[in-house]
Amino acid sequence: MFDFSILFPSLLNGLTTGAVYALIALGLTLIYGVLHIINFAHGAALMVALYAVYMLKQHFGIDPYMALPLVVPGMFVLGYVLQRVIINRASHGKDENILLVTLGLSIILENAALLFFKSDTRTIDTAYTLTTVAIGPAMIALPKLVAFAGALAVSGLLLWVVGKTDLGRAIRAVAKEKHGAKLMGIDVDHVYAMSFGIGLACLGAAACFLLPAYYVNPQVGNGFVLVAFTVVVLGGMGSFGGALLGGLLIGVVESLGGLYLGESLGQIGIFVIFIAVLLFRPQGLFGAKA
Amino acid sequence: MRSSMKELVGIMVFVALVACVPLVTESGVLLNFVMMALYATLLAQAWNILGGFGGQFSFGHALFFGTGAYIQAIVQLQGGLNAWTALGLAVVGSAGVGVFVGALSFRYGLKGSYFALVTLAFAEVFRILALSVPFTGAGVGLMLPLQESFANMQFGSRKGYIYVVLGFVAAALLVTWWLKNSRFGAYLQAVRDNEDAARAIGVSPFGVKLGAIALSAGFMGAGGAFYVQVFQYIDPSIAYGAHTSVEALVAAIVGGLGTLWGPVLGAVVLHVLADITRNLFGELPGINMVIYGVVLVAIVMFMPRGIGGLRATVQSVWRGLRQKNGGRRG
Repeated sequence: MFDFSILFPSLLNGLTTGAVYALIALGLTLIYGVLHIINFAHGAALMVALYAVYMLKQHFGIDPYMALPLVVPGMFVLGYVLQRVIINRASHGKDENILLVTLGLSIILENAALLFFKSDTRTIDTAYTLTTVAIGPAMIALPKLVAFAGALAVSGLLLWVVGKTDLGRAIRAVAKEKHGAKLMGIDVDHVYAMSFGIGLACLGAAACFLLPAYYVNPQVGNGFVLVAFTVVVLGGMGSFGGALLGGLLIGVVESLGGLYLGESLGQIGIFVIFIAVLLFRPQGLFGAKA
Repeated sequence: MRSSMKELVGIMVFVALVACVPLVTESGVLLNFVMMALYATLLAQAWNILGGFGGQFSFGHALFFGTGAYIQAIVQLQGGLNAWTALGLAVVGSAGVGVFVGALSFRYGLKGSYFALVTLAFAEVFRILALSVPFTGAGVGLMLPLQESFANMQFGSRKGYIYVVLGFVAAALLVTWWLKNSRFGAYLQAVRDNEDAARAIGVSPFGVKLGAIALSAGFMGAGGAFYVQVFQYIDPSIAYGAHTSVEALVAAIVGGLGTLWGPVLGAVVLHVLADITRNLFGELPGINMVIYGVVLVAIVMFMPRGIGGLRATVQSVWRGLRQKNGGRRG
């Protein structure tokens, strides 16, 4: 049962998936850390990005990895506009309203996709979809390895932006003390929208890395959204390092759960962790605030 | 007459009027509309008890709906009991699940977004469990055999079903009325508005919220049981899928949170809207939910107190204007 030749590929598989989870969760945790809202439309936004990658490939023949410079800025603009035009205005300064508005947005996006694309599950074919690479005793699909490396690279870039740039300083200032930041001449609404945009841009990158080895349908985001919430809660809301580690951890848990409990029941492992963390340690494994 | 008595009379008049509908019409379309609108009203009222009066926004009320539906089906199919006994068990069982989830969440002080997330996760866990265990029929679902009789709670026309669901709507209206006029309801609203202040004056937020989630879950479970009786089929995605949670909360919010008639109004308005879109666009998949989503966003954006709150808003503006004018004259 604990045979290394079965365990190792499964572990590796979990890590590659986990890196993508981490990327998705980083976007979510950034939005939470700055705006202190839970973006329920995160899964739906990922679905939109996946369809964008799909359309670019099917209609313009653009390779998913080449689509990065199109999809990432596209998602950024979508996020910026959504926050500035809809979410900010609808909030009336109350968190419950944001909860409801992002829920409403996710319903709209998901069902608009259902309307335009029907409920069919679609995949794309690339030259490298079925290519595998041997790592020790394990065979890993090339797109998954690329996704792993890409997700880590984008996460690193995000950490650099937040940690070292002026924009990052503004974002952290607003996250910590919004009124103080305002008095220092920071345009808070702009920083909010930038954060939301960057959060969705992470999804754009995730979509480009995911699609060669994955599929898209209108409900595809739902599978990711609870996983992303789990990662964020596990890592501590608003903690970037926590989201990275949490993502990898959840990827491994899912993979091992699938190995020992079967595909559908294996998913339960994630939700049990989620509920347990929410109940017993809502500040997360790495979160500071009690 | 005191306003609480007026409301009670209003409830009686409403129930009596709806009860007359099956007596005066044979139109299948109209009867079906009334039945589905009442069913949507029941879900919205159930959500309103916890969300509107308790201020706890659940995004996973399908958890209680699905539990009620499965109990209703399983008790009849495997327990061999009649449908009315099953209904009682479904209500009690869902309320029990409500108390379980509530005890876990409220014990650890989960509020706001965290509570919404944990209810969502619980609904998802139950969906996966229902897909995986044998006695729910897994992905195939459970089918109730068609045997029209009063004991089986299966009726030849929609009329019988209308009276069943009207009974629940009436009960939910009475409970809501009681929440507005009782000590328990006052405690609940106090906890909603300021939990710390409520605790300071001796209210137990935990107990009060637990009572609210039990009531809310019980009515939601009744909705699920009713669904099974009407459609005679249930599967994991119907039972625990997100759309039931969404339908309940959108109707309550659109109508006006924490009000007596808001959920009724919201459910009926959304239902009419859904029918109109169906007539305009045909059976396009997803169009209904797109409209629900747009209405939800628009209401939160422009009418945070719901359609029911519109009158109060207009009244307060009107009063403000009058006072201003009066002040000038004086």
